[in-house]
Amino acid sequence: MSLRDAFASGKFVVTSEMAPPKGTDIHEMIEKTKMVVGMVDGVNVTDMQSAVLRLTSLASCKIIKDVGVDPVFQITCRDRNRLAMQGELLSAAVMGIENVLVLTGDHPKAGDHPEAKPVFDFDSVSFIKMIKKLEAGEDMTGHKLEGAPKFCLGTSVTPKMDPLEPQVIKTKKKIEAGAEFFQTQGVYDMETMKTYMDACKDFLGDTKVLAGIIPLKSAGMAKFMNKNIPGISIPQSVIDRMAAATNAVEEGIKIAGEFIAELKDAGIVHGVHIMAIGAEENVPAIMRAGGLIK
Amino acid sequence: MSIISAQKPFETILGYIKANGEKKVFVTGCGQCATTCQSGGEAECQAMKEKLEAEGITVTGTAVFDPSCNLLKTKSEIKKMPGADEADAIVCLACGEGVQTLAQLVKKPVHPGLDSLFIGQTKRVGHFHEGCSVCGECELEWTGGVCPMTICAKGILNGPCGGAKDGKCEVSADKDCAWILIYNKLKEQNKLANMEPIREPKDYTKAMKPRSLVVGK
Repeated sequence: MSLRDAFASGKFVVTSEMAPPKGTDIHEMIEKTKMVVGMVDGVNVTDMQSAVLRLTSLASCKIIKDVGVDPVFQITCRDRNRLAMQGELLSAAVMGIENVLVLTGDHPKAGDHPEAKPVFDFDSVSFIKMIKKLEAGEDMTGHKLEGAPKFCLGTSVTPKMDPLEPQVIKTKKKIEAGAEFFQTQGVYDMETMKTYMDACKDFLGDTKVLAGIIPLKSAGMAKFMNKNIPGISIPQSVIDRMAAATNAVEEGIKIAGEFIAELKDAGIVHGVHIMAIGAEENVPAIMRAGGLIK
Repeated sequence: MSIISAQKPFETILGYIKANGEKKVFVTGCGQCATTCQSGGEAECQAMKEKLEAEGITVTGTAVFDPSCNLLKTKSEIKKMPGADEADAIVCLACGEGVQTLAQLVKKPVHPGLDSLFIGQTKRVGHFHEGCSVCGECELEWTGGVCPMTICAKGILNGPCGGAKDGKCEVSADKDCAWILIYNKLKEQNKLANMEPIREPKDYTKAMKPRSLVVGK
């Protein structure tokens, strides 16, 4: 079942994330992909996340599609101007990539090529609008295309931010532009998710929301993320559990699983997006802990 | 408003002179922006003269044009400057416009002594901040007077990117998130509706280089 079909079916959708290798050795990416074949509804391939050079998202999408998962082609506004962006989207379509997730992208300053020229020819909202136009058979400037792509089109949102309202306004604009699904920044408590969903309820419509799940590996990681990662707010109770655990990785998986089950029971989101960040082999265990697979 | 500039390292400037084997130079500054920035006013020209002389370079004179970027004015003034003619080269302590103005007027090499940094506001003496990136089409009317093209590190027009932490930008904890500034200002003005329309991508033909303007045409 494709990701689009999974959304349409009304099932609790699960996507996971894959970071392409830094280099040409694709062995590990393939092995980690094999572990989730038939298990997740889509695998989101990051576009040089944190502005660190890696194999491109598009090439990686093709590779993991051939392994047998439905790839979600993540693409940011950081590295390409509008010509290159449109070209990438058309290329993705002819390579059989059916899902796209657009992001503004991390600033190069944060990555391993801080001297790079940041492009940001436009932002994620304009990007979504541009993709809808491609789907309608025209490029951004209105020139007719010989053959148009069709995507299941997603983007990211940040449910926890102070102030929240600018994020909510942006969410609304993304829907207006044509976003079909959202994956959120990592969330660790029901209250955050409820507050955000409630703030968006008037305009969410049929847009699907996948709550972001980032399994913790240690109490230190939780504290680091709270201090340094935008949009992340891990409750002290979760940090305490991680600190008290004899096996922190297992506890992190357990906490993630419990929260997934809680989200599913509450019925406030349409699924989850699991970002295992380098520990993709734990995705099946997290799904198992969440009661999503046996 | 000023073109904010800072002096290049002295060794770099000295290197330009030595690479050309020049023995005598003329030092120029600017009475406007470079004076404000303390990078190329009277005092800095004098200090540059002394440092060059300490390195065995003959400084045939100094001049501060006001401003250095006015082609006709600088043209008439440089002709009258004692020492300018006999120099092998000019060390120009003005912004890139000042350097290029002089370079159009004289045959000898004009060494840039400053790095032009940005168009900035003087917060107080010696403290300058960028607010305008001369994008060619001003957005400030709907943003509460905060420029998303400049104050936002990504220059994005449709709201915050999700990279802010405690109101600060992901590129640096000492830079405010432009979109939180815009939000706060619009909220205060009861104009939050300004954030709602989808803003179209910028038209970069309006910032196509090199730009020129003839008033009245």
